[in-house]
Amino acid sequence: MSDSLEFKYDVDGEDFTRVGHASTDIKKKLKMIGIAPDIVRRVSIAIYEGEINMVIHAYGGEITVEISEDDIKMVLKDKGPGIPDIEKAMTAGYSTASENVRNLGFGAGMGLPNMKKYTDSIDIETEIGVGTTVTMHVHLT
Amino acid sequence: MTIREAKEAVHATVLVGEEHLDEEILAACGSDMMSDVLAFVKDQAMLVTGLCNPQVIRTAEMIDMKCVLFVRDKNPTEEMLELAREAGIVVMKTGHRMFMSCGLLYEKGLRGGSDYERFS
Repeated sequence: MSDSLEFKYDVDGEDFTRVGHASTDIKKKLKMIGIAPDIVRRVSIAIYEGEINMVIHAYGGEITVEISEDDIKMVLKDKGPGIPDIEKAMTAGYSTASENVRNLGFGAGMGLPNMKKYTDSIDIETEIGVGTTVTMHVHLT
Repeated sequence: MTIREAKEAVHATVLVGEEHLDEEILAACGSDMMSDVLAFVKDQAMLVTGLCNPQVIRTAEMIDMKCVLFVRDKNPTEEMLELAREAGIVVMKTGHRMFMSCGLLYEKGLRGGSDYERFS
């Protein structure tokens, strides 16, 4: 596989029940390409948590996944409120999610920590009132 | 144990995936917090939960689980069952509560995943 493959997904911020559409689809695609199962799992979880964050905090957004010979790059871009304190947001257990979100089984403050845990690198660019872009990489070699 | 043995242990009803009942499972995870489930992924093949929304099935799918058991007679929607069908995940429900369900499964030999060894 010398050329890189790119997939784009719009994440609907309105409907929590539909979250996971992008991660399910990318998981299928990665499996089909023949990526190792543990890598597929790590990428799927990272994107899934990212999708959930986009819906909980940022009225949806856009996900781009780029697969090259030795790397999977995931870019999650939203036009949400931004993250005031990234260090806090990266702390396991810290959450600003509403009671409603917690009732749905999320908002345990594990989203960003999980994304960090399952990827080889994570970079967060955020501006208050403008939005957040999370870029993650998982190496294939 | 097989999923069928797990089903019998907790007196469950199978809603989807009858054809996968003879697959082996070694470990399970009991939680209503999906983020916690995603945080401690090991080799658990079964999710025991009282939460009942499509994200439960999605979470199970993301981490390659084979079976979801709903406790307290929770009834998943047709949409959830369809998601499970597509993913090849067995869905069952039991009238037992969470603690009891986990206890019955543990008694039959199901464990909590590779983290278990750290404490034994």
